[in-house]
Amino acid sequence: MTETTGCDKKVPFMKGAKVIAESLKREKVKNIFGITGGAIMILYDALQEYEKAGELNNILCRHEQVAAHAAEGYARASGEVGVCMATSGPGATNLVTGIADAWMDSSSVVALTGQVATSLIGGDAFQEADIIGITMPIVKSSFQIRRVKDIPLIIKMAFQLARTGRPGPVLVDLPKDIQVGEDEVYFYEGELEIAGYNPNIKGHPLQIKRAAKALLEAERPLIIAGGGVTASNASPELIELVEMLGIPVVTTLMGKGTIPEDHPYCLGMVGMHGKMCANLNINKADVILAVGMRFDDRVTADLTTFLTESKIIHIDIDSAEISKNVLVDYPIVGDAKTVLRQLIEGLKTLITSSSSNSDKKTAWQKRIKEMREACDCLEEYEPVTPIKPQYIMKELQKVLDDDSIVVTGVGRNQMWAAHHLRIRKPRRFISSGGLGTMGFGFPASLGAKVAKPDSWVVDVDGDGSFLMTHQDLATSFVENIPVTVIILDDRSLGMVRQWQSLFFEKRFVETDLGTVPDFVKITEAYGLEGIRIENPSEIGPALREAKKADHTVVIDIAVDKNENVFPMVPAGGSTDQPIPCEPWPRRYKK
Amino acid sequence: MTSNSRKDGNENQVRKHIIAFIVEDRPGVMARVTGLIRRRNFNITQISVARTQIENYTRMTFVVQGDSRTLEQAIKQLRKQVEVLKVSELKPQTSVVRELALIKVKSPDVNARNEIIQYINIFRGNIIDISPTSLICEITGDSEKIDAFLKLMNSFGVIEVARTGITALVRGSEARPKIPETPYLDYV
Ligand SMILES: Cc1cc2nc3c(=O)[nH]c(=O)nc-3n(C[C@H](O)[C@H](O)[C@H](O)COP(=O)(O)OP(=O)(O)OC[C@H]3O[C@@H](n4cnc5c(N)ncnc54)[C@H](O)[C@@H]3O)c2cc1C
Ligand SMILES: Cc1ncc(C[n+]2csc(CCOP(=O)(O)OP(=O)(O)O)c2C)c(N)n1
Repeated sequence: MTETTGCDKKVPFMKGAKVIAESLKREKVKNIFGITGGAIMILYDALQEYEKAGELNNILCRHEQVAAHAAEGYARASGEVGVCMATSGPGATNLVTGIADAWMDSSSVVALTGQVATSLIGGDAFQEADIIGITMPIVKSSFQIRRVKDIPLIIKMAFQLARTGRPGPVLVDLPKDIQVGEDEVYFYEGELEIAGYNPNIKGHPLQIKRAAKALLEAERPLIIAGGGVTASNASPELIELVEMLGIPVVTTLMGKGTIPEDHPYCLGMVGMHGKMCANLNINKADVILAVGMRFDDRVTADLTTFLTESKIIHIDIDSAEISKNVLVDYPIVGDAKTVLRQLIEGLKTLITSSSSNSDKKTAWQKRIKEMREACDCLEEYEPVTPIKPQYIMKELQKVLDDDSIVVTGVGRNQMWAAHHLRIRKPRRFISSGGLGTMGFGFPASLGAKVAKPDSWVVDVDGDGSFLMTHQDLATSFVENIPVTVIILDDRSLGMVRQWQSLFFEKRFVETDLGTVPDFVKITEAYGLEGIRIENPSEIGPALREAKKADHTVVIDIAVDKNENVFPMVPAGGSTDQPIPCEPWPRRYKK
Repeated sequence: MTSNSRKDGNENQVRKHIIAFIVEDRPGVMARVTGLIRRRNFNITQISVARTQIENYTRMTFVVQGDSRTLEQAIKQLRKQVEVLKVSELKPQTSVVRELALIKVKSPDVNARNEIIQYINIFRGNIIDISPTSLICEITGDSEKIDAFLKLMNSFGVIEVARTGITALVRGSEARPKIPETPYLDYV
């Protein structure tokens, strides 16, 4: 091969592990979460040189699942690619849950796995696992490198694929002999042209025109903003559009923070545990603009009663999401930021030629405003014992600032945080939405903190969830990654308990977690600070102290296990008919 | 698949579909493609795969059973695979469709053999191997023609059959799916 465009530098013989390290540096990788082992130690050995030069930071985790979740937390907090690494066999299989999580939530993660030597692959060699086969349905793409000279190209492709288009996890499997072998290599500059991969960025002008017209003429327009708005950094465009036309916005769990949640047009989260004001209005809209969201069943509930009367505009970068669950009227395949900008420009030309605000639209805005205010119920929760989880959210809200990052476990803890906390910026609320992985919260908070060291990172977690990955308190201590963990400690698998109490006639089967462990002792065993709270008056002060601390603080708060998360749209129910939360009927009498 | 009742037409009828796609010739591509189709609960009834006129590109032809909306979804998912360059559904009315079958049939005596040879001629097949008590013939055509021929052979006793599964090209001068001109990236 000769020097051609695209290949900036031909490097004479270089060892594979060093080529990988060099490629990672060129992708501007700053942090790698992982655990070493026989099939990946060669690469770790090569990375040491870069670490010594201050170019790269290896974060040694205590479980590969943690490494994968931390990489995802890092990616979602920063908007950059998160990297995790593991040895072959068990190391690689331990990554699987984290990779699946990144897949479901479209997070930019690159997973590097060691593999047995190419000559041994397929023979059940020691610590061999067919990780390419195992992860095939849960990766955006995957590669097994079989020649040293392919390393720069494949690593470059992996990062480009993870980062662009609809983000997602990409796995690169690195056989031992590839790490050891030497060859001549070429490093590529710029973006690769990949024949089978051309994400569509700009929306079709005709569809944009039709959509703009529909939006402008709408009497009861509503926007549903999802994780794609976060991914494409489209918040400024979203807010501009909202203010331009006075359109109310609901968000999905993944779209939280794409518009400040105290914005007069933001109704908060929609869906199973969404706000009453969001759920009760979504089916009333005549035109829906769904942007960067995938009509998950936690959002739509019963599809036969969902958006039956409205025209739907759907912007998504992935054409496979269009009309997947809900047939739409104006499909627009493209990047949220670019398409929203196109829509705004299109609207500008339309607005001058026709008048926009009808009386009907004003009535709609008024209704929304009233319902939104009625939903503002956090103030009602008092410091009673046993402590109400909502009261913890009230206290936490006071301590959060705009750049604080809230990460959650899975279960009721997650839903209380999602329902009540008002997040004001994108990438400040990180939760396992699609897979709903218990154990995600704490590791993801470590990743977020590494990405944003100046932000206060708070993991709102459940006792069950936290126990699944809490061993990485060790990582937090040794690598000095200070976060605050708030355990809503109900000594039960609360969310499942809630379903048992609502739909299984209170048969509490296998959801009681008993009286152990002592979370304070556990935390202290890792050299960190643990606090147990049973008196609500201690919550605020403890949170303020934790925010200032230079180490991880675990605040274990005993909460009322009989408090359930409402509102709730029961599975199969209609979005219109949630079981309301307790304050709602009092606060909204219409 | 769940569907939004208000707008669903008769797209839910299960039919036979031919999909043709161009993929890069790399290890594991077949597993990726069939995995996606399996996830959508489609039954793949026929597969044929071989190189194209251009180095590094392979053409795959699948026959699948499913409803057209789910098929559209599956095609969109297939397109997202990096190694899959182009996917098209080929309609039987506008395509030429052929399958090859090798059939080993009993021919215990001269009478039987003569009779079989007559059928082979009518179906424009060829005899490619003969032993004292059996022969192997090849038949090309659409699947219905091969089915019809096999039915005739059953009265003599079919020993074994190997069918390729169909392959197909769209009629007219265009190529579908067309191989893109983007350069092939050299890695294995
Ligand atoms: C216990 C529990 C309860 C839950 N309850 C709720 C609930 O009440 N409400 C709720 O909303 N969710 C809830 N969820 C989460 C839910 O399961 C889904 O994860 C979530 O609704 C999906 O959000 P999303 O549609 O925004 O899609 P995401 O999964 O964030 O997907 C992003 C979408 O944007 C697209 N996209 C990506 N990049 C771009 C780009 N650059 N431009 C344009 N488009 C892009 C993608 O193709 C994709 O379609 C719950 C989860 C759990 C575990
Ligand atoms: C890994 C995993 N296992 C099981 C579940 C099913 N599940 C969903 S919520 C939940 C209970 C969560 O309990 P906890 O973490 O204590 O949170 P709480 O609901 O009590 O706030 C369970 C078991 C899951 N989501 N993830």
